[in-house]
Amino acid sequence: MKKTHIVGLLVIAVAIFIIISTTGDASSYKNFTEAKEMAEGGNNSAIHVVGTLKKVNDQVVGIQESPDKLSFYFTMVDQNNVEQKVFRPDPMPTDFLRSEQVVVIGSYREETFVADKILLKCPSKYKEEEVKI
Amino acid sequence: MVHYFIGNLGHFLVITSFITSIIAAYTYFLATNKKDELEKAKWNRTAKVIFYIHGLAVIGIVFSLYWIINNNYFEYHYAQSHSSKILPWYYQISCFWEGQEGSFLLWIFWNVILGVVLINTNKFWTAPVMTVFALVQAFLTSMILGVVFFNFKLGSSPFILLRDVIDAPIFKMNPEFVPKDGNGLNPLLQNYWMVIHPPTLFLGFATTLVPFAYCIAGLFIGKFKEWIRPALPWAQFSALVLGVGILMGAYWAYETLNFGGYWNWDPVENAVYVPWLVLVAAIHTMIAFKKSDTALKSAIILVISTFVLILYSTFLTRSGILGDSSVHSFTDLGLSGQLLIYLLVFVALSIWLIVSRWSKIPTNKQEVSTYSREFWILLGAITLCIMAFHVIYVTSYPVYNKVADLLGFSLNLAPPVDQVSSYSDKQIWFAIVVAVLSGTGQFFWWKKMDKKEFKNALIGPLLISLAISFIIIFATDFFTAAPDEEGFDRAFRFLRYFLLLICSVYSIIANTKIIIPLFKSNAMLTGGSFTHIGVGMMLVGILFSSGYSKIVSENYTGLVWSTEFPEEVNRNNLLLFMNDPRQMGEYSLNYRGMRKLFKDKGYVNESLVSNTNDPLKYVALTDIPSQKIKSGDTLYVIGPENTYFEIEYQEGDDKNFTLYPRVQLNETMDMIVYSPDIKRTLGSDLYTHIRTFPDPKDEGEWSELKEITAVMNSQFFVNDYVAVFEGVERLEEIAGTKLEGNDVAVKAKVRVQGETGDYIAEPIYIIKDQMAGKIPFTIKDLGIKITIESINPKENSFVFGLKTTQKEWVILEAVEMPYINILWFGTFLLCIGFTIAIRRRYLEFQKMRDKGVE
Repeated sequence: MKKTHIVGLLVIAVAIFIIISTTGDASSYKNFTEAKEMAEGGNNSAIHVVGTLKKVNDQVVGIQESPDKLSFYFTMVDQNNVEQKVFRPDPMPTDFLRSEQVVVIGSYREETFVADKILLKCPSKYKEEEVKI
Repeated sequence: MVHYFIGNLGHFLVITSFITSIIAAYTYFLATNKKDELEKAKWNRTAKVIFYIHGLAVIGIVFSLYWIINNNYFEYHYAQSHSSKILPWYYQISCFWEGQEGSFLLWIFWNVILGVVLINTNKFWTAPVMTVFALVQAFLTSMILGVVFFNFKLGSSPFILLRDVIDAPIFKMNPEFVPKDGNGLNPLLQNYWMVIHPPTLFLGFATTLVPFAYCIAGLFIGKFKEWIRPALPWAQFSALVLGVGILMGAYWAYETLNFGGYWNWDPVENAVYVPWLVLVAAIHTMIAFKKSDTALKSAIILVISTFVLILYSTFLTRSGILGDSSVHSFTDLGLSGQLLIYLLVFVALSIWLIVSRWSKIPTNKQEVSTYSREFWILLGAITLCIMAFHVIYVTSYPVYNKVADLLGFSLNLAPPVDQVSSYSDKQIWFAIVVAVLSGTGQFFWWKKMDKKEFKNALIGPLLISLAISFIIIFATDFFTAAPDEEGFDRAFRFLRYFLLLICSVYSIIANTKIIIPLFKSNAMLTGGSFTHIGVGMMLVGILFSSGYSKIVSENYTGLVWSTEFPEEVNRNNLLLFMNDPRQMGEYSLNYRGMRKLFKDKGYVNESLVSNTNDPLKYVALTDIPSQKIKSGDTLYVIGPENTYFEIEYQEGDDKNFTLYPRVQLNETMDMIVYSPDIKRTLGSDLYTHIRTFPDPKDEGEWSELKEITAVMNSQFFVNDYVAVFEGVERLEEIAGTKLEGNDVAVKAKVRVQGETGDYIAEPIYIIKDQMAGKIPFTIKDLGIKITIESINPKENSFVFGLKTTQKEWVILEAVEMPYINILWFGTFLLCIGFTIAIRRRYLEFQKMRDKGVE
């Protein structure tokens, strides 16, 4: 066997290893029902859920902020209209209540979904149609 | 009035530049294929004229667009959506690249400059190289063409009028309507780095075309080896500029974004990092091509891959395919089809050329020796390519989803949750290999080696680096990293860190050993060693500043709110109430309130000034002797969207400093952006940023109204602060409108003594059209709101309404980044090394060219 062949085989092996190990790191988009089933099945890996904050008469409801403001609970509605209480161990982002869409990344802990990360989509960043007169 | 001329001129120039680029490509192609020297020269001259016209047209487009932005022609969509009246000129330049069209324009502009340089520095290579150049220009200018062919919109023009984009009723009533102001520049981009980072990065993008064009030209005309000499200095220049561009972006992120670091493995960062790695690999193989055919073939493939990867990253970031997974969100302009065609055309062209020419590229069957420099260089190039493959593989998840959707099944891949473990923890292994190779390869480079000599050369640097590494380990808190990990994971992490440290130090030492004798003999050859020392230092800097970044703002109160998740409760952030010091590590922190930054005056308490109708002007409410401000002075604000939080740090009795982390509030975009402030010392950076503060749009909860009657110069209490009713003033106008007839307005002046100084409240009472109105005055620092409830002219007394609320507060995070300066210093060395190497290789090319060989 020539040296170039050994190097070639080694490269292929490393590439395959990269593909296998990083694909294992990949997360996935789920809804709360699926996430719940996963957690009950003993799978605690973090997943992405897309949804909005629960609103009644255009008012966000279900927010509970800790007295030291360092963590909070909120109620989220996923794309299938399933409601879920979410815990976020981090200060509430300033424009959180105004967000149009929320992506939580995390997993179930008992009945509560714990969000390790939150991505917010705020309305006007994407809305250019308004003209100020 | 709508200014039609400038837009029409711009659009006309875009079309001109598009057409001339096609003609230039064709004429240069003809020149390439002419055998007869005279005729070749004739066609070259014609093509040159056409390319110069193209260049002038492009400069005209840039000028027209800047004219529109600079003159606030908000009837144009580009100016309206990216600029506003209050922007200073340097941010108006940034407006250019906030939008897709402008950033394409920047790229086109750089290509023109590079094209002109190439035309004037080449003899033999001009025609085939410029054919590729002009062809790329045709694709790029088509992106901003904005012309509709048979229902297919080709490109998106920056000269489109607002009324043609937005279907607002106002344009039906009055087509000549011009908005008063624009939406302004995204606050994230209002940073001096954003003025220079995009041009640098795009120059980097543009320069990758030069080696690519030489390579394609070489393949096309059958000069399979000769293209490398002129291409090499350009490839090095490109790697330098692209590298500097990437690091500027990292530095911008460090200073402006608040994720607490300089690198976040964001798809857009990755999309530039990957081509850079491949380009660096390409440079190494280009250096080794003379003795190794494997290196020659690799050089061809890697140079082409670099350019194709730049196109791929352009496609990723601009087609909207990344969606929510990136902070760099260009709005999707519907160019994805066009971008894909651009990418595929060049992929197809390159593959066709490589396949058809492959058998003609010279080969020899000799095995590469382990003790040859080519072997080590190829290993290095392979490692860099694997590094690149890993990152691009993970970054492309959204692309796999899209492809799966098209094929009719759902893949549903989301980006990895933990970026650090999926990128950094794997990349570090490759970095270790790179460090070892960059140190060892240099020995083979300068000397022929056999086994014994190799051992002798190696042993010295190896021992020295081991000794230095152990000193570093004992001198720093080496085993304090990642306190959350346990057992095997933690041990494995230290193994990685340990190896990276030793190998990086080894690379620095080995290259230093090489560089010392070189300096004496021929300093022009030191480029490679300098660059490698720089890389070694960068790796050490990254290891410490990222691996050992420490959150200082740990919550020491021990209070646990949520009993459900005791271990989860946040401990990384600190809540500070105003004027209420808290201990954080060795520091005592005190939040002193919100500040505005004024010209010549510095940071001034926001509660002591009042805004006017002009967003750039404020008026002082009281005397501030320390800053030489008198009551009633007009102050000019720097960055009207910026508010700063004054945080005092006290360490012992003498080491005190103040940091001003910032928030930018952009009303029109409804964006809230926090930026850190950094205390820099030689050893480490202390990085402080605000996580959140009371929403300025939220009124907050106020106490019940309390009324108090006061006569002039009497004292009363508000929220336990002593207040004095100092005077009354009759107003002639309210918010710019003159009062007429029987309308009256009065303003009371109330001085309130706060903890740190006096504040002035100026509530207003109006009688307009026989109706009474109240304009309250809020002193945020003290949490009080004062209104005039009524006036008793008989007793000459005023009834004040008093409300109180919670004190102002902020939640902040403070992070310490040790030895980050080693990273910046390494970057500096890397740049010097590249510059030396570029000079050397360019002189080589010049010599050969002037001999008439090339």
